Amino acid sequence: MKEACIVGIGQTDYCRKPGSGLSQLALQLQAASRAIGEAGLKPAEIDGIMPFPNLGRAEEFAANLGCQNLRYAATIHMGGAAPAASLQAAAAAVNSGMANYVLLPAGWNGYSGARVRQTVSQDVSSIPGGAIARDYYLPFGFTAPPQWYSVLARRHMHEFGTRSEQLGAIALAMRKHAQLNSSAVMHGKPMTMDDYLASPMLADPYRFFDCCLETDGGAAVVVTTAERARDLGTRPVRILAAASGQPYPADEITNRRDIFRTGLTIAAPEAFGKAGLKPSDVDFAMIYDCFTFEVLQQLEEVGFCERGEGGPFVEGGRIELGGELPVNTHGGLLSEAHVLGMSHIVEAVRQLRGELGERQVKDAELGVVTGWGDFGDGSIALLAR
Amino acid sequence: MTEYSLPLPVLEGHSADFYGFCKEGELRFQRCDGCGAWRHVPRELCAECGSWDWTWTRSSGKGEVFTYTVVGRALHPAFADSAPYAVSVVEMEEGVRMLSRVADVDPAELEIGMRVQVDFEAVTEEISLPIFRRATV
Repeated sequence: MKEACIVGIGQTDYCRKPGSGLSQLALQLQAASRAIGEAGLKPAEIDGIMPFPNLGRAEEFAANLGCQNLRYAATIHMGGAAPAASLQAAAAAVNSGMANYVLLPAGWNGYSGARVRQTVSQDVSSIPGGAIARDYYLPFGFTAPPQWYSVLARRHMHEFGTRSEQLGAIALAMRKHAQLNSSAVMHGKPMTMDDYLASPMLADPYRFFDCCLETDGGAAVVVTTAERARDLGTRPVRILAAASGQPYPADEITNRRDIFRTGLTIAAPEAFGKAGLKPSDVDFAMIYDCFTFEVLQQLEEVGFCERGEGGPFVEGGRIELGGELPVNTHGGLLSEAHVLGMSHIVEAVRQLRGELGERQVKDAELGVVTGWGDFGDGSIALLAR
Repeated sequence: MTEYSLPLPVLEGHSADFYGFCKEGELRFQRCDGCGAWRHVPRELCAECGSWDWTWTRSSGKGEVFTYTVVGRALHPAFADSAPYAVSVVEMEEGVRMLSRVADVDPAELEIGMRVQVDFEAVTEEISLPIFRRATV
């Protein structure tokens, strides 16, 4: 596989109160405009756009930014797995000549606009599974993401002895990293294990602090070929390999023979195989952290540890800065902001450029970004400097 | 009957059949005529063998709790007064799993592996929901 590169990144301010004051589209345009400018490009050179599912149309991005030569527009419908999966598609698009420069925007008013729980209760078609959820989940009160995934966490605890304090170690690591990131919504708000354990149960075993933030914000990246990247001013970050996958069945979360086999279970070996690398080669990981257990589960399915060993793996500071595998050095969806996983790619690029100061992973050369969406769709990208 | 305010299934397609049997007090799943595989939720054809032929076949109604959650804070307005409430995934003797609730067990006493038996709760004149009770034998 020919390599592609990320040549520009951009983000907006991240906030809860009082809200962004910008429309969902304007937030994404601000991040996109910064990413395009950082790459040293003009909007007319962006000829590919891959919007995040259900948050905008390529046509409106192009019309507002001045992308007069748009010829490739596509969306990967994998929820939070879309950004890393879009890196895979964007790399293929630029290397096959379908586009020269592809923009990946994401962003929303997740705090001041419609909350996910409202969208789900008002529009059943927004739920993965659609009519299945309507007819077989909602009548029993199985209505929202923390509930859907909590049953996986509960089963993992049963089979492998995973404990609440281990989920807490993930929440604490993200919060600790956010103290080094002035853009993080939870900057200046440290948390202890007692704080974590005292937070109310939302969907047992998920407490309040097992759940990602609801925030306003946008982020974007620009992808091009390795050849074109060399001609631009910024330091390109190489996409060594990217892959995506779906659980089976993807539209129904309870009837999987192996309930821990998710999209990433398929995608991770594919990506490492393509790159000729293994998980132990990785310097840091940006793991889609919608909820704490999803981090633990993805660490297992990527292969950083064996299935069932995720609990002990996340303890003892191993996933914190200075540990064996720093995870989500920006604070992630749990403590920086919920920017749909695009913020994970932005942070990985900054680590590989070596521009993160006190939260820099020393000598970072290879990083992993994952995505998790819907009922367990997965994606992974291996990025290198 | 007082007005029922929680979300209801829509009685269309295979869901009309599934819930039609529930109204009669019968839990039936699709069973493939070709290879005998049971399936839930309803599908158009058998993903195991490709056969388009199936029979709505009566379940023993017996199963055990495979996993569960206790919802402490409802995230859907209709359930605001229901919390705390438990939701269970029940693995049936036939091998399929279904999402439901164990109606007669306190959420704090739920356990994975608990043996349960189906029952039906008539929530409207048209719709009975399949729920579970702790098995007596």
